[in-house]
Amino acid sequence: MIEIKINRKLFGANGELRLVFDTIIRRGEFVTIYGPSGAGKTSVLRMLAGLLKPDGGSIKVEDQVWFESGKVDLPPQQRNIGIVFQDYSLFPNMTVQGNLEFALSKGQSPEIIGELLSLMELENLRDKRPAVLSGGQQQRVALARALIRKPKLLLLDEPLSALDTAMQIKLQEYILRLHQQFNLTTILVSHDIAEVARLSKRVLLLEGGRVSKDGTPGEVLPLENFRNFIDGMIS
Amino acid sequence: MFDFEPFYLTFKLALATTLILFIVGIPLAYFLAFNRSPWKVLLEAVVGLPLVLPPSVLGFYLLLAFSPQNVVGKFLNDYFDVRLVFTFPGLVIASVIYSLPFMIQPVQSGFSMVPRSLVETAYTLGKNKFTVLTRVLMPNMKAALISGCVLSFAHTIGEFGIVLMVGGNIPHETRVISVVIYDEVEAMNYTQANVYSSILLIFSFLVLVSVYLVNRRALKVHYQS
Repeated sequence: MIEIKINRKLFGANGELRLVFDTIIRRGEFVTIYGPSGAGKTSVLRMLAGLLKPDGGSIKVEDQVWFESGKVDLPPQQRNIGIVFQDYSLFPNMTVQGNLEFALSKGQSPEIIGELLSLMELENLRDKRPAVLSGGQQQRVALARALIRKPKLLLLDEPLSALDTAMQIKLQEYILRLHQQFNLTTILVSHDIAEVARLSKRVLLLEGGRVSKDGTPGEVLPLENFRNFIDGMIS
Repeated sequence: MFDFEPFYLTFKLALATTLILFIVGIPLAYFLAFNRSPWKVLLEAVVGLPLVLPPSVLGFYLLLAFSPQNVVGKFLNDYFDVRLVFTFPGLVIASVIYSLPFMIQPVQSGFSMVPRSLVETAYTLGKNKFTVLTRVLMPNMKAALISGCVLSFAHTIGEFGIVLMVGGNIPHETRVISVVIYDEVEAMNYTQANVYSSILLIFSFLVLVSVYLVNRRALKVHYQS
């Protein structure tokens, strides 16, 4: 179980914004944070990852305190998370295999590399550099790399938004497969309704720095958009 | 008569200076690139001073500092038996200070050019700052590192004012090419001065061509392959 109760002042295009994020996520859940850009979605992920410090509050994961205002602030290295950014962030100086090897913890058996390469169907690309891969291939490598250390929590920051629709659908399947196979708790940030509806059973709507709705995609997503999406699926 | 000794001395000086600058420059440039303290500008200004100060000013103060009559020079003389005025080690230290911005500025901008998300990803993969520096940052800013080294090396070769102030004109110790050229001109040996000068000119030109080539290739590798 992850208990998140954090706040932070943000400075965005629309001026100053007070981000308050307060929720509980159960183990194994696939949760999406959905909302307009500038609402603070990415900041929530960055605070969970330890890359951005909240002004106050706490983050508790299972029995471990990751953040407690003024007392505890675990660095990202100690939080055991997997994170995938929109720009994939593969190390350009390393091959696909090298990127995965880099992620190994000290003393960790390298068997997991082969396992993930085959799961993500990347075996033929293991000796290639990221620069020669397509966007979809790069994102599969980024996903595989994020799971090498067997994290309990996977954070996805708009991971598919740079890909075309066909590739998005294919990668959504990969993401769901990984989520189940590795017993992950996954938090996805997205502003793509189709993606949200397909992947997650629970959506947090983040608007103006606050969670304004929390429920199934049908309950939370703006009805009109959701209808358009369904219509699109039927036609 | 053509003398190789000044060339040898000049290259020895440039090599020593570049090596020291590489070792000192990386942590300093790292600090300047990633530290957010408002006091950072002061340090940046100090590092950049040799770009705007006449070398004679820098040389003058170093001469004073190194002099055995003053605190620093006396300390080094009394406790370490080291004399820096008119000696090769003194020349190396002066060169390191004089060429500091030529190493720091390319390396600092190299650090800033590596996407922040690469560094952050490496942190979330459990890697400490040193691992990130040696395996993520430095391999992805090779062009900046090469530029810094080549420019420091070339700039040291081209020193004159500071060499004259701190090093003087002592054969086999501090008599580098630029000083020799000055001497030859003073003595009206224009032919001799021309030989030394043209070698230096061609060398400097080739160095700059190689820097621009490296930078262009680095950009291509980054964006195309």
